[in-house]
Amino acid sequence: MPRYLVLLYSPEGDEATERQRWAQLPLWQELTDGLRDAGLLVANGALHRTDTATTVRVRDDEIEMTDGPFAITKEVLAGFYVLDCDGLDEALRHAARFPTARYGSVEVRPIMEPTGDDSLG
Amino acid sequence: MTRSAEVAARVFREERVTVLATLIRQAGDFQLAEDALQDAFEAALTAWPRDGIPRNPAAWINVTARRRAIDRLRRNRTVADRAARLAELIRLDQQEHPATSEASVIVDDRLRLIFTCCHPALDPSAQVALTLRTLGGLTTAEIAHAFLVAEPTMGKRITRAKSKIANAHIRYQVPADGELPARLRGVLRVMYLIFNEGYSASAGEQLTRGELCGEAIRLGRLLVELMPDEAEAWGLLALMLLHDARRAARTVSGRYVALADQDRSLWDHAQIAGGLRALEKAVRFRRPGQYQLQAAITALHIQAADPDATDWEQIADLYGALGRLSPSTVVAVNHAAAVGFAEGPRAGLHLLGPLLAEPALQRYQPLHATHADLLNRAGDQAAAADAYRRAISLTQNAVERAELERRLVALAVR
Repeated sequence: MPRYLVLLYSPEGDEATERQRWAQLPLWQELTDGLRDAGLLVANGALHRTDTATTVRVRDDEIEMTDGPFAITKEVLAGFYVLDCDGLDEALRHAARFPTARYGSVEVRPIMEPTGDDSLG
Repeated sequence: MTRSAEVAARVFREERVTVLATLIRQAGDFQLAEDALQDAFEAALTAWPRDGIPRNPAAWINVTARRRAIDRLRRNRTVADRAARLAELIRLDQQEHPATSEASVIVDDRLRLIFTCCHPALDPSAQVALTLRTLGGLTTAEIAHAFLVAEPTMGKRITRAKSKIANAHIRYQVPADGELPARLRGVLRVMYLIFNEGYSASAGEQLTRGELCGEAIRLGRLLVELMPDEAEAWGLLALMLLHDARRAARTVSGRYVALADQDRSLWDHAQIAGGLRALEKAVRFRRPGQYQLQAAITALHIQAADPDATDWEQIADLYGALGRLSPSTVVAVNHAAAVGFAEGPRAGLHLLGPLLAEPALQRYQPLHATHADLLNRAGDQAAAADAYRRAISLTQNAVERAELERRLVALAVR
């Protein structure tokens, strides 16, 4: 079954907005339980705010660290799901059910599968 | 070309979509299926002159293409699910009657192909290109030429779409009932985009690029054959046939001719009859939609014995209905123009007022051209001249510009 990374991007809001979003916790819980019960959920997680991020690059064998996210954007990566779905349509259907889809953006990316099976030919 | 080579070329042209649609399902990959079909064509060019034309050429192509797909899969070890795909193809190859698929399966395969090419997860320009390449059988060079982009750019667009279908696992299927209406609207939009690109070349010097119109009509016919109960599919086919039937009369030596001034003997009356039949079929379902309404408007224009006899009241009503169903600036401007004929230019200008006040529409050429026409008919020639100049400054299409300039000059002479 193809596997998809579902990336949840949302605008980083002020405290009032954050409180409103936390109020939706039961809905998230229900969605997550539903995906787990259907056997689709591989992993998921909510992320701390981007001011906790550290970006690492190795250049000329030197480790460089930057305080902050990889890119400064209006909508930031706030959480993720890894789902096993029957195909892109099913993954997109679930993506549209996350509350983030209403106030932010949800990106769906297929995860590469191991290729080649030499048992035949 | 020898006779058998000619037959091979003709059979491939006729059977291409049917064979390809089934082969994509069986091989599970667009590119593999296309390559295998090309192999089969080349094999036919060798085998048919030597052995004679097979009794069932389509079945021959089907079987040969599938065997070539097996060969290609055996050689290519980088493909995901390779073992499963090979097993399925070999199983099909060993079936007793491998080439005689049920008619319903053939219909389904072509529908799968249409819905996959027009999948909303693909960029609209990629949907158009892939549809023309796969269902229309146009070469990448021809598509690039029609859309005025470089051939490598178009090639990349098509390749990218195919690899997204494969890698993101866009399933080769007809959407479930719940999703079908929205997805069908998407398919119709792609066909209409293709038709419109041919009908009103936006940046070119030529008003029509007939091959795209013909291609869109062919796709429209295929769709009503596969989905005969979809009112809007019939509506779109009717709309395209009725527009395209007037193509020869739309320009005279490079100059745009408005509908009212067209030489009606240049219209393709057989095609108009076909368009009206398609519209009747659509209307019988009693499920109105934007394409049926547009086709009905066009039909009223065509059916008027002469331009003065045009039923503007009914056309204005239809534009009103169209605006309620799918509001857009184009429809609002046309509604104002129709009301201008039905109830007088002042009534039309009244409807245009809010649009002219809209900052986002300041650069919308048809709005200013219609404004100019209404002002002229209302007797305000000075304001009409200003509006024509504004419209001219916003026109990209040389043929349209010439027409607007002619109307401006006609004002001054009066």
